[in-house]
Amino acid sequence: MTSLAEPDSWLPEPRTTSAGGGRTSPANPPPSRRSPLRRRATLVGWSFILPNFIGFALFTLVPVLAAFVLAFTHWDAYNPPSWAGLRNFARLLRDENFRVALTNTALYALGHVPLTLALSLGLALLLNQKLRGIAFFRVALFFPYVTSLVAVAIVWNMLFNPTSGPVNQFLHLIGAADPPGWTASPTWALPAVIITAVWKDMGYYMVLFLAGLQTIPREYYEAASVDGATGWRTFWNVTVPCLRPTTFFVLVMLTISSFKVFDLIFVMTQGGPGRSTLVLSQLIYQVGILDGDFGYSSAIALALFLIVAAITVFQFRLQQRREQ
Amino acid sequence: MAVAGAAGPLHASRKAKAGRERARRVALYVVLAVLLAIVLTPFLWMLSSSLKHDIDVLSIPVQWIPKDWVWSNYDSIWSVAPMAGYLANSSILAVTITFLQVLTGSFAAYGFSKVRFPGRDALFLGYIATIAVPWQAYMIPQYIMMQQAHLTDSFLSLILLQAFSAFGVFLMRQYYLSIPDELVEAARLDGLSDYGIWARIVLPLTKPALASLALLTFVNTWNDYMGPFIYLSSNNLWTVQIGLASFIGQYSAQYAMIMTGSVISVVPVLVIFLVGQRFFIAGIATSGMKG
Repeated sequence: MTSLAEPDSWLPEPRTTSAGGGRTSPANPPPSRRSPLRRRATLVGWSFILPNFIGFALFTLVPVLAAFVLAFTHWDAYNPPSWAGLRNFARLLRDENFRVALTNTALYALGHVPLTLALSLGLALLLNQKLRGIAFFRVALFFPYVTSLVAVAIVWNMLFNPTSGPVNQFLHLIGAADPPGWTASPTWALPAVIITAVWKDMGYYMVLFLAGLQTIPREYYEAASVDGATGWRTFWNVTVPCLRPTTFFVLVMLTISSFKVFDLIFVMTQGGPGRSTLVLSQLIYQVGILDGDFGYSSAIALALFLIVAAITVFQFRLQQRREQ
Repeated sequence: MAVAGAAGPLHASRKAKAGRERARRVALYVVLAVLLAIVLTPFLWMLSSSLKHDIDVLSIPVQWIPKDWVWSNYDSIWSVAPMAGYLANSSILAVTITFLQVLTGSFAAYGFSKVRFPGRDALFLGYIATIAVPWQAYMIPQYIMMQQAHLTDSFLSLILLQAFSAFGVFLMRQYYLSIPDELVEAARLDGLSDYGIWARIVLPLTKPALASLALLTFVNTWNDYMGPFIYLSSNNLWTVQIGLASFIGQYSAQYAMIMTGSVISVVPVLVIFLVGQRFFIAGIATSGMKG
C-alpha cells in the first residue's frame, strides 16, 4: 500500500515526510524574471492545467461566483433577472419553511456529528491492533460507506417499518411496549435518518482515524509503558493529544457534510412526514429547481454556505487557541 | 492502545500476562463480531428479502432465511423495470466521467506539482477553495447554465459538471508531491519533455494513485443520486439510482422486487470495492475527503 499520508495533508502544502514539495528543491531553482525559460515554464505549466481548468472554471468556478450574485436578484421562471438588494434575505427571515429547514439541519448535525465521531474513533481504536483477520473487519466495516445511498435508504426504511420492521420487532423482543414510529412519525423520522447516516458514514471516518493512529510513533507508547501508564491513562495522555489534528479534521468534514445532507433524507422520507425532515438542501432544490425561483433559492444557498463557513472558521479558531 | 509491555522479570508474571493477553484477544474478537453483525445485518436482510415473496418480507417474526426461495425475482425484475437500461446508463456515465477525471486530473496535477510558474500556487488555492463550498450552494447557477445551453436531460450535462472536479487534481497532486523533484530534473537534463516525463515516469510511478482516483470517482458517480435526479428526466436516460428510487413509488407493495433491485444496484460496487479496497482506503486516507 502506498504510504498513508498524514491525515491533515489535504492542506495546500502537505507535511509529508517522504519528500519535500516542489519549492525547496535546490535542483529546481526559480527561473529569473522575464527570462525565456520562465515564459516557457509558464506555457508548459498552463498546457498541463488547461484541459482540466477549462471544465473546472466553466462548470464550478463561474457557478460559485454567480451564486453570490444571484442571491441578490429577483429571478424566477416568469420574470427576467432584476436587482433585489437584500430583499431575498429579508424574506428568508420571515420564511417559515427556511426556519424549519434550518432547525432540522442543525438538529441533524447535532445528532450526526458527535455520534459518528465517537463511533468511528471507537472502531478505529479497536481495529488498530495486530490481530489475525483484522484487515477483514476493516474492509467489512467500511463497506456501508461505498454502498449506494438509494439502496441503503430503501433497506433502512423497511427495517424501520413501525409495525413489522425488524427494528421494532427487536425492540418488542427486548421489552419495549410502544416502540417509536420511526420514519412514519414526525418526532422519530429525524432520529431514524440520523441512525442510518451514522451507520453509513462511520466506516469512512474510521479510515481517517486509522490513518491518524498509524502516524503516532510507537516510542510514545513504549515510553508511557515504561512510566507505568496503562490503558486509559495511555489513551488520554498519548492517543488523544496525538490524534488531535485528525479529530479536528474529521470534525470539520463531518460538520460540512451534515449541513449538506440531501440524498439520504430525500429518498427515505422526502422531507416528511409533514416538514419534519425538511433540510436546507432540499429546500434549495424545491425553491430553485422545482419552482424555478432562482434568486431566492440562491439566497438560501448563500445562507447555507455562510453558516457552514462560519462554523468552520469557529472550529479553526477553537483549534488554534487550544494549540497555543 | 496496544501497548507492548516490557517483559516481566518473573516467569509467573509473564505467564499471567500471556493469559491476560489471550483473554483480551478473545474479548476483542467477540466485540468485533458483534459490531460486524450489526453493520452487516441490513445487507443480509436485503439479500434474504430479495429472495422472498412480497408478503414474507415484512413478516412477524422476521424470516432471516426465506421460507420459499423465490429465485424468479432475479429473472422477472428485468422485465418489470428497464433494469438493463439503467445499468447501462450508469456504466456509461461512470466510465466516461472517471476516464476524463483521471486523465485531466493527473495531467493538471503534474502542472501544479512539477512545473514552476508564476501564479501557480494562487491558482491551486482557487481549486482548493471550491472543494470547501457545498455543491448545493452553486447547483442553481449550474442548472441555469445547463438549461440555457439546452443540455438538461442529457448525459453531457452530468459529464461536464462532474468530470473536471477539483478533487481529482487535488488527490493526484498529493501523490505527485511525494515523487522527488530530482527524478523529474534528471529526466529533463536527459532531454525528455515535460509531457514525456508525465507519460513515462510520473504516471507509471503513481499507478496506485490512479487506481485510487479511478475507483473513488467511479463509485461516487455510480452512487450519485442528486445529480441524475436533477438533470435526467427522461426514463430512458435514468441511472440505476434514479430507477431504483422510482421503484418505491411505482411498486410500493412489491417489497421483494425492490430489494432485488437494491441488490443488483449494489453488486457492481461490491465487486469493484472488493477488488480494489486497498486503493480505496489509501485514497481516502490521503485525501481525507470524497468528491
